[in-house]
Amino acid sequence: METKLPPASTPTSPSSPGLSPVPPPDKVDGFSRRSLRRARPRRSHSSSQFRYQSNQQELTPLPLLKDVPASELHELLSRKLAQCGVMFDFLDCVADLKGKEVKRAALNELVECVGSTRGVLIEPVYPDIIRMISVNIFRTLPPSENPEFDPEEDEPNLEPSFGRDPRHGERTSLTPRQLDEGHRLVYEFFLRFLESPDFQPSVAKRYVDQKFVLMLLELFDSEDPREREYLKTILHRVYGKFLGLRAYIRKQCNHIFLRFIYEFEHFNGVAELLEILGSIINGFALPLKTEHKQFLVRVLIPLHSVKSLSVFHAQLAYCVVQFLEKDATLTEHVIRGLLKYWPKTCTQKEVMFLGEMEEILDVIEPSQFVKIQEPLFKQVARCVSSPHFQVAERALYFWNNEYILSLIEDNCHTVLPAVFGTLYQVSKEHWNQTIVSLIYNVLKTFMEMNGKLFDELTASYKLEKQQEQQKAQERQELWQGLEELRLRRLQGTQGAKEAPLQRLTPQVATSGGQS
Amino acid sequence: MAGASGLGTGPGAAGGDGDDSLYPIAVLIDELRNEDVQLRLNSIKKLSTIALALGVERTRSELLPFLTDTIYDEDEVLLALAEQLGNFTGLVGGPDFAHCLLPPLENLATVEETVVRDKAVESLRQISQEHTPVALEAYFVPLVKRLASGDWFTSRTSACSLFSVCYPRASNAVKAEIRQQFRSLCSDDTPMVRRAAASKLGEFAKVLELDSVKSEIVPLFTNLASDEQDSVRLLAVEACVSIAQLLSQDDLETLVMPTLRQAVEDKSWRVRYMVADKFSELQKAMGPKITLNDLIPAFQNLLKDCEAEVRAAAAHKVKELGENLPIEDRETIIMNQILPYIKELVSDTNPHVKSALASVIMGLSTILGKENTIEHLLPLFLAQLKDECPEVRLNIISNLDCVNEVIGIRQLSQSLLPAIVELAEDAKWRVRLAIIEYMPLLAGQLGVEFFDEKLNSLCMAWLVDHVYAIREAATNNLMKLVQKFGTEWAQNTIVPKVLVMANDPNYLHRMTTLFCINALSEACGQEITTKQMLPIVLKMAGDQVANVRFNVAKSLQKIGPILDTNALQGEVKPVLQKLGQDEDMDVKYFAQEAISVLALA
Repeated sequence: METKLPPASTPTSPSSPGLSPVPPPDKVDGFSRRSLRRARPRRSHSSSQFRYQSNQQELTPLPLLKDVPASELHELLSRKLAQCGVMFDFLDCVADLKGKEVKRAALNELVECVGSTRGVLIEPVYPDIIRMISVNIFRTLPPSENPEFDPEEDEPNLEPSFGRDPRHGERTSLTPRQLDEGHRLVYEFFLRFLESPDFQPSVAKRYVDQKFVLMLLELFDSEDPREREYLKTILHRVYGKFLGLRAYIRKQCNHIFLRFIYEFEHFNGVAELLEILGSIINGFALPLKTEHKQFLVRVLIPLHSVKSLSVFHAQLAYCVVQFLEKDATLTEHVIRGLLKYWPKTCTQKEVMFLGEMEEILDVIEPSQFVKIQEPLFKQVARCVSSPHFQVAERALYFWNNEYILSLIEDNCHTVLPAVFGTLYQVSKEHWNQTIVSLIYNVLKTFMEMNGKLFDELTASYKLEKQQEQQKAQERQELWQGLEELRLRRLQGTQGAKEAPLQRLTPQVATSGGQS
Repeated sequence: MAGASGLGTGPGAAGGDGDDSLYPIAVLIDELRNEDVQLRLNSIKKLSTIALALGVERTRSELLPFLTDTIYDEDEVLLALAEQLGNFTGLVGGPDFAHCLLPPLENLATVEETVVRDKAVESLRQISQEHTPVALEAYFVPLVKRLASGDWFTSRTSACSLFSVCYPRASNAVKAEIRQQFRSLCSDDTPMVRRAAASKLGEFAKVLELDSVKSEIVPLFTNLASDEQDSVRLLAVEACVSIAQLLSQDDLETLVMPTLRQAVEDKSWRVRYMVADKFSELQKAMGPKITLNDLIPAFQNLLKDCEAEVRAAAAHKVKELGENLPIEDRETIIMNQILPYIKELVSDTNPHVKSALASVIMGLSTILGKENTIEHLLPLFLAQLKDECPEVRLNIISNLDCVNEVIGIRQLSQSLLPAIVELAEDAKWRVRLAIIEYMPLLAGQLGVEFFDEKLNSLCMAWLVDHVYAIREAATNNLMKLVQKFGTEWAQNTIVPKVLVMANDPNYLHRMTTLFCINALSEACGQEITTKQMLPIVLKMAGDQVANVRFNVAKSLQKIGPILDTNALQGEVKPVLQKLGQDEDMDVKYFAQEAISVLALA
């Protein structure tokens, strides 16, 4: 299978501060197997991109850039750019062979030229370049082939899987949506253009405007990871070079995330956007602006609640930790936020949360730890008592972390009582022997840490259990009493014919009918 | 807890009865604050009980302020709270005090979580109706204004849903303000807010005066329909339906159509999909003239759209489109303007498009009449019955009744049979299940002879399918067939074959015999049950597989009521008693259950 072609820096390595520098062209490949792919029969052209092809013009090869005198270079460049603005369906390997070849050659040459020749990028070619790029890459992304796409289970849409027979309707659409070669070259060109030593943001900003950025961001929803990889690097460069667009880019990213969290749980490029943001956060000046703090609290933290968290969790956790390293006073907010969104049924996510929590605890300041230790360790205790042993195990690993252990020790008068009851109980009840023995180790550590406190807690454990039962009983009595009182009041008011309360018979009260 | 105990110490404001001392509010609030989420949730769900126990005055003066202040909780708790408060008017003293509920709901309408916010808005909409016009302007409208100018997008999105409920009863000056605020939300900086506004545009238009619709709503509609985000533009299509219903034909042409034409051609397939999806509503709202001039050509484009999603949505609407056309023209329009495109779609490359079309195409036969159906539609049906995608074939078969009314099913029967046989043997059990479900319908339409000749063997083959769901469906199918064809037919064709399976070496097949008897006995009546079925069941009581034996007990319980006393006492009872002593505990259990249900003890 040739489906996995992870580009140079995979999304699983967000720890690199900022984006890794764009690799030299010979390594950016990931497309070497094109020939194989094109060999397969394919009915394409249903991509929205190719709607406007009515009168296809013939392309004639132009002389090579290096063959003309400098005086004619720019005129030829413009003509080549115009040629590259003609759209072909690169997936359809039969049509317009000649035209495609001309365009491909021109693009290759442009990539080469922008990357290596100095003095090519003069002001008049900027609009032509941006126009050519816009025409080629901006398009409405086609519908997802598989609406129930599960990023963890399914292959991304690079290719139709061999094993499936499309006639049985398992794939919902006919065309594999992928980055064709035309695209790749244009992205490559765009990148070289942005990275050229001659590139002048002050000139380019007239053409790379907010609308341009917005369309660029929309492309992050592409199903093809290679396209998103290019976009990631490009957007990062744009962010770096166009100071005037920075706030706008951040705002639009927020909108994408918020929509993703609250409206439409589908956006393919979340991990890539987070990776860019991770490097942006890294560069925030101190003290942090309110806008940035708000981004953390109102966007990054709620992002944890999304179903497909596993796809971008590494990048997200990196962003969160970046924030905390910048400003430790945000710790309480973050941890309380995570506790609020703590997964209730998805054990896989719970393990991720525990992992992130450990990353946070690794950098936490003792003064901040004190503020959240109690709710945090109550949650950790709940995880330890999870019947899913991986969750329990992950939580218990906290005690293997020396820094965390030292924090616990310093605050054992709060932490121990918060977890003791649960640990004690689980040590007797858990089905998994590994968990039981891990808990014993933890209890042993506690004993060594503070033997006196440990003994007190052991002694009071039974008493507390009894008190709990008693409380539960009292609660039940309270509600019973309330229910009786409610009924009495209902009868009383009905007897007294007090109109407003009459509509509170159970049916009316729940159906909410108007009186 | 300091705050709570402070509240609790106050003298019982409700006065009157002495119950108050029993339940100081602190205790109740303690419950609402319990550390365990589940307990908090339980308490919130019984909030009306608490309120009733407290009485209206203390609910207003103590409970509501508490609820307003401690709004930071798990979303699940907040959701329950938002729902409760919608029905709280009576508990705070009736409509005169409904505005007391606004502060907590206002807070809830600004939280992040969408479900909580939506529920709070729903409750606010409900409560708005209980406000007097004066209270509405004094309390409710200011709340809407506050939400509409909130900092974070959540409160502004919530506001979008509240304009339409307070507008009709507001004074003219306030109305102008409300319109102004809605306008500004339609061009909000945040796409989330614009989407919320766009989705409420139609609803808001309906409560406005016609002049305002023309002068204010239409420009908003035009703007939203050309928003930079397609997620906003597509919502404008929905609003288009509501707005169109309010305007005259001439106004539609000048005010709405230019925008709608643009939507049909939108570069985003999502917008075009929306037009296809809402096509019937649009057609009705726009009226016949615009339909002919504009919508039909638009529909043709949608049917040949480059995205399969759009074509499928349009194909789904083919039948409704026909039904909504004026009766006198519809045959011609469909024949000349739609049918050519449908013919193309029958061989579309995308299975979803074909199956969408197959689910409605049969409906066209009633519109086109017998001759056209035979000449033009029948070849299409036949082609679809041979389609490579089982969904397509299934959709055709499931709609056979439409054609039956027009041309009779016989025209199709020759092609039908291979299609049915193939589906009956499809590798996917869900496909087999689906075709079984249409068997009674087909049997009715094809008649008993055709059925016996061609389909009976299929029905029997399903009884030994290796998937239980198929065997179960096949059993039910037999019952329906007997209801259709009568007991004599059952006795001759079905029952013997079923009973033979009682000797099958596979215990699953032997159990199927029992399940069939359970299903058939009632339809077959006492005689057949007693004479033919009962002996077999009784014989199976000696089966060596316990599952068969306890199913015998179950079957006897099931058919017992149909039998007469002699059979029950003389034949059933001894067998059940014997099973009651079985070594297997399940067999014992079901035998004893049968004995007690049939009163044979």
